[in-house]
Amino acid sequence: MTMSSDARIPSTLIHRLYTQKSDVGWLLSAVCIALLLSIPIFSVLSSIFFPASEVWQHLKSTVLAEYIRNSLVLVLGVSLGTLLLGVPTAWLCSVCQFPGRKLFSWALLLPLAFPPYIIAYTYTGLLDFAGPLQTYLRTLFDWQYGDYWFPEVRSISGAIVMFSLVLYPYVYLLARTAFAEQSASLREASHSLGMGLRETFLLIAFPLARPAIVAGLTLVIMETLADYGTVQYFGIPTFTTGIFRTWFGFGDRIAATQLASILLLTIFALILIERWTRQPERFQGQSKGTDVWSYALSGREAIFAVLFCSLPILLGFFVPGIQLVSWAIKTAPDVIDRSFFMLILNTVRLAVIAALLVVICATLLAYAKRVSKQFAIPYAVNISAMGYAVPGVVIAVGVLLPFAWLDNFVDAWLQMHFGISTGLLITGTLTALVFAHVVRFLALGLNSVEANLAKIHRSIDDVAQLLGHKTLNRFLSVHLPLIRSGVLIAGLLVFVEVIKELPATLVLRPFDFNTLAVRTFELASDERLADSASSALIIVAVGILPILILNRSITKATLPHGT
Amino acid sequence: MEPRLDVRQLSAELRGNAIVQNATLQLSPGKIGAILGPSGCGKTTLLRSIAGFQVVSAGEIYLRGKLFSKKGFTLPPEQRHIGMLFQDLALFPHLSVEQNIRFGLRKLTEEEQRNRMYEVLELTGLASDQKKHPHQLSGGQQQRVALARALAPKPEILLLDEPFSSLDPQLREQVATDVRKILKRENVTSILVTHDQHEAFAMADEVGVMNEGHIAQWDTAYNIYHRPKTRFVADFIGLGSMIAAKVIDDTTLDTEFGIMTGKLSNSVVPGQMVDLLIRPDDIPHDDSSAITALVEEKRFRGADFLYKLRLVSGSHLLCYAPSHHNHQLGEPIGIRIDVEHLVVFPQTDQTSASRIIP
Repeated sequence: MTMSSDARIPSTLIHRLYTQKSDVGWLLSAVCIALLLSIPIFSVLSSIFFPASEVWQHLKSTVLAEYIRNSLVLVLGVSLGTLLLGVPTAWLCSVCQFPGRKLFSWALLLPLAFPPYIIAYTYTGLLDFAGPLQTYLRTLFDWQYGDYWFPEVRSISGAIVMFSLVLYPYVYLLARTAFAEQSASLREASHSLGMGLRETFLLIAFPLARPAIVAGLTLVIMETLADYGTVQYFGIPTFTTGIFRTWFGFGDRIAATQLASILLLTIFALILIERWTRQPERFQGQSKGTDVWSYALSGREAIFAVLFCSLPILLGFFVPGIQLVSWAIKTAPDVIDRSFFMLILNTVRLAVIAALLVVICATLLAYAKRVSKQFAIPYAVNISAMGYAVPGVVIAVGVLLPFAWLDNFVDAWLQMHFGISTGLLITGTLTALVFAHVVRFLALGLNSVEANLAKIHRSIDDVAQLLGHKTLNRFLSVHLPLIRSGVLIAGLLVFVEVIKELPATLVLRPFDFNTLAVRTFELASDERLADSASSALIIVAVGILPILILNRSITKATLPHGT
Repeated sequence: MEPRLDVRQLSAELRGNAIVQNATLQLSPGKIGAILGPSGCGKTTLLRSIAGFQVVSAGEIYLRGKLFSKKGFTLPPEQRHIGMLFQDLALFPHLSVEQNIRFGLRKLTEEEQRNRMYEVLELTGLASDQKKHPHQLSGGQQQRVALARALAPKPEILLLDEPFSSLDPQLREQVATDVRKILKRENVTSILVTHDQHEAFAMADEVGVMNEGHIAQWDTAYNIYHRPKTRFVADFIGLGSMIAAKVIDDTTLDTEFGIMTGKLSNSVVPGQMVDLLIRPDDIPHDDSSAITALVEEKRFRGADFLYKLRLVSGSHLLCYAPSHHNHQLGEPIGIRIDVEHLVVFPQTDQTSASRIIP
């Protein structure tokens, strides 16, 4: 380097001196994390290349079509259900004025606290033959068994209703944000051109919110396809139950993994479709909201709005919540004992370890992406985050397969050379379980940390650099304090999701290691619904936490700054 | 002739605050009116009341003699047959130029829609852009699409809400003049809301100056400038200063420059002390004049200098001088007094004479 260029571009030089050496470190760490976290996905995908076994042939000729049909019916039904519940409520809460709107716009998120399997158990207990509703009807009308028809909850349509009741908040939330961000003048322009409320919604508001609604639907479909607890309990054969059955029932790991890979590819295709539909929408931020103009509802319209918004909150949160509480009160004395506290302790331990690891990896990846110019880092970050799309069952399969192979390999090698048998080192340990959760929920943490990091202006980095702080020091003294709350929230979100997670935990937990979710599932499967209420209630209560945070961050973001 | 738009003693509230108070205006068919006022004066709320987006708390709005708004009644915007040009243009981003323009033409047949669309595309000079989407157009083109869309359904009245505020200041007057030509060709009655007097003067046949919720004066642009009816209008429009004067009779004033005669703008009584409005263009600079004043401040504006001068009495005057008349601060320069309109306001306790208006 010549003197003259030194003098001309000193800032570039300083930049290089400080960053180049540490760059490789960032790259290596990011790539290592990405490689490690992508093991389950790639091991599942690689199963496509294994020859089809007899079991696979059997599956193909018997149940595969049914899995596909059931999954399709579920997905279509739940999509329709969440659209019908999510979009109108979002419209009402974002652009209309009616009594209780503020309360509703928050409370409509509450059903998100219920994992689908818990609401399914609760409604089954509530509505089955011996449940309070049918018993009441029988005493009221003096009916006997067989005198009347009552809808069967444990059916595919029942499952559709259950999923819709707890998953519509995804559609609601994204649609509400989209409607609220649409400039009021667009609606006004439509009215000034002679269009009424209905046409304005159909021709302007809805098409403009479509990308957000599709994104919400994609999340809904991913959750529906990933569910194991509900469909298993309702006896609906789908991919997730099929994977379980093939793995444990038939003992054919390859065929189970091949099923998993079909599910995985379906979900990847779904994500691609979602990205593709979003592509041409380049008109964000074209117009800014100036006047806050909303439709003031009164009289019959207002009553309708209140009823329409109350319905999903009641059915998706309060009715099952009250049922759970009443069960829990009845059964708590029998259920809550030493082992119950061990259960809580185990669950919290698992969730805390997983959350910590996610936060560390996420912060490292997000920061590496920010400070390093290595082109491979963003790819590594994206690969690390892939797990968010992968159902828990699929991750479990993807973890078991390579780890079992590794365990066997190590064991065989040591036995051959040293005559020591190690048995299973990783499989069936807490390590495997924690690893699966980190894979599944890294993206959740990453989003939160990245969003917070992005809020820090680049010039802050430059200032710290000019004041002589090296990368690590810069992170500790400047960035970390600024993103601390974001990191905490990331950890909390992961903590809650780990507690709610069922299928991966069910498969991967060490012998004798139970979590609240698994215990709830086991008791419910034994038809001890009332006994399962205490653990279910804790899961739901914990599930409310992220809703509070979500609501706070959204109201902060969309608060009008005055006109 | 029956006025196209008739706003009578209108009041409107926003979140409990009275924003428009007792505003009255009339506009004849084919005329372009401008409502001019500082931010917060209620002009946008008045416009939105006319559009039907704002509920009124008192008074009435009539269009073509039909009641549009009164307390407790608001004809929905979509039934008013009005056109509106929004500050942020509000082009539908998911629709092409053609679809945007045809949006308000749904009630017409396919052929009528097409004909009208080509008419307004032609009118606004957009013929080659009809298939594009708004984000593919420049700011000026987007402006014209918004205008074409608003004009397409042949509205009874066109409302323009600060329509040029997104444009570069240098462009505004030109665009305003262009828009005026289009509106005049279509013969559409229009109301413009703006805080920019140059924009209002360039566009409008009649200008209303709005202050604290009511229309302080509704008049031609010329009269608004030269015959302001209130001190606020005199203040808000153009530059100027006030000097003290004493009323001799209906047509005569005694000032520090001597006796001035002309028709007095306000009714005053002989012997009363008043402030006389002096515009910079009333004070031509003349090196040979016997009257002189000291240069206290000067502002170079390219074609001219704006001098703030101090008279012997201590009062101030503003004066434009061609920019080659470059005088130094503190230097006495010659001026002539060439006041055509004697605009006077009774002196009050709060106002003192010789107040300079920015």
